[in-house]
Amino acid sequence: MLIYALQRIGLAMLICVVAMTVLFSIAYVIPGDPASITLGPRATPEMREALRERMGLDQPLPIQLVNFFGNVLTGDLGVDVWSKRPVTTIVFDALPYTLALAAAGLGWAILLGIPLGCYSAIRRNTLIDKLTGVISVGAISVPSFVVAIYGILIFAVGLRWLPALGAGAEGDLLDQLWHLILPAFAIGLGWVGYLARLVRASMLEVMSENHVRTARAFGLPERMIVFRYALRIAVLPTVTLLGIAYGGLLSNAVFVEFVFNRPGIGQLAVAAVNTRNYPVMMGATLTTVFLFAICTMIADLIVALLDPRVRASL
Amino acid sequence: MSVPASDPIASAALPAGTAAPRGAGVFRQIARDPMGLLGLTLATLLVVTGLFADWLAPYDPIGIDVRNRFADPSWAHPLGTDNLGRDLLSRVIAGSQIALIVAFCTTFLAMIGGLVLGLIAGYGPRWLDNTLLLLFDSIYSFPYIMLALAVITLFGSSFFIVILVIAVTTLPAYARLVRTSTLGIKNSEFVLAERSLGARAPRILFRHIMPNILGPLLIIVSMDIPVVITVEAGLSFLGLGVPPPAPSWGRILNEGYSFIRQSYWIVIAGGLPLILATLGFTFLGESLRDIFDPKLRKRG
Repeated sequence: MLIYALQRIGLAMLICVVAMTVLFSIAYVIPGDPASITLGPRATPEMREALRERMGLDQPLPIQLVNFFGNVLTGDLGVDVWSKRPVTTIVFDALPYTLALAAAGLGWAILLGIPLGCYSAIRRNTLIDKLTGVISVGAISVPSFVVAIYGILIFAVGLRWLPALGAGAEGDLLDQLWHLILPAFAIGLGWVGYLARLVRASMLEVMSENHVRTARAFGLPERMIVFRYALRIAVLPTVTLLGIAYGGLLSNAVFVEFVFNRPGIGQLAVAAVNTRNYPVMMGATLTTVFLFAICTMIADLIVALLDPRVRASL
Repeated sequence: MSVPASDPIASAALPAGTAAPRGAGVFRQIARDPMGLLGLTLATLLVVTGLFADWLAPYDPIGIDVRNRFADPSWAHPLGTDNLGRDLLSRVIAGSQIALIVAFCTTFLAMIGGLVLGLIAGYGPRWLDNTLLLLFDSIYSFPYIMLALAVITLFGSSFFIVILVIAVTTLPAYARLVRTSTLGIKNSEFVLAERSLGARAPRILFRHIMPNILGPLLIIVSMDIPVVITVEAGLSFLGLGVPPPAPSWGRILNEGYSFIRQSYWIVIAGGLPLILATLGFTFLGESLRDIFDPKLRKRG
């Protein structure tokens, strides 16, 4: 287990390094440097030169790469071009909002999706199973921002039940939760479908395995077979998926934050693109990549902890 | 285990016992499944609309008519008009063209790229395989939208950039699939036989291995069409996709969203075709997959 864990951590670090290099190369090896992109076409050569110097762009490429890695490792993601605040602070101010949104979205998706998939598998080929199947596919394929907009249209503009914009008053937890309902709904809907389908498929597989047949032969109650012997194994692929889910979830968070005008990493990134605030963009992107590497790693470690067969496979 | 020379092709690529239906048989099989039929209908509708958009649109999709701003649906404007008085039905119809072009260009590019890189990774030396795998995993570890935003910050947005960005972010998944299948058949006897006859790598790869993995790849690719449509619409919705005045569905949503309290018809008109298109292609893709390769179903 320890060896597997170390290997897996090493892989996560390697992926971070390569991702950083990819990001560095698309940023620096393009015609026209970040300084002139940030300043726009009307900047004077002197302004450009000054910014280049401040961003360290006047140095040779290998040194820039080393500086880039060094800065990131020490938690220095550069300085916001316009407000001059450190990017690390800005990103970490926005991060809790995105994480709360992702957790809430995934949370309700897990609470609904896994039981739904389990139920479909047990009541295979009934009307409810087929209906769940069709609705799952529908939920997966409809874009989250369309769900968000239609949600606002119905519940905020039409019925006036829920707030449309913002993340709620600072310090007022209830208000913040109130503002979280619609975004979490929009972000989680697709995942209900994913989870229901995945759990159903793996449940069907597990239910036909020998140990379940043995349990049946021993006359164990069906409920015990399902929960103690089948579902426990059937959720394993789900754990792996949830690690990967984070990436897709974050992409959806970008849209949902934009629609609801919520603070967060996505909002930050979109604003940074529009103001050509290049360091903020890089900082936000890198943070999400690191988070992704960590999430998939944790998911893999949990699976390895639960399932000894996996440990041998890396 | 002695296998006749013609057999591995069938046993490697197709699951045993399923003969791939061809031609009209496919349509008949799709039509038997109600969801497949729905998908086929919606997808056909979208393709026909996209192909004949210029003839079908009743008005100029970018023609401004300020006297008719925020018109509710009527016989003259079945979906109403937007904040500049542009006819929404015409914009939606023209938008289907953009969605289709982006979807097909992107999936095609990604498929070619994924195929070539996956074949190289699967057939090439071990170190090359590992390097490419690491690269795929790294690209995969960017939430696609963040990578897209980073690239658009640097290069600005254009039709070409949008297609390229989406292609690059979807490519690793294809490459991984191709690599796995290539690893599976590169040591099978018909490939070994070809090699012992002195065939070079390109010939083996493209004449012998590629035809065997094209089937599953095409299914995965076809299932990604709705995803690509969504991504393009999403980027346009953020104002970063296909530049204006091209009436992408995402842009209609973006513009309509600012006026959601004045007229909710604009967002309904922008969102509905998107929902129908993604649903249609998803149902069609699922149906196709079930027919051609039931084994893939396990992927969830």
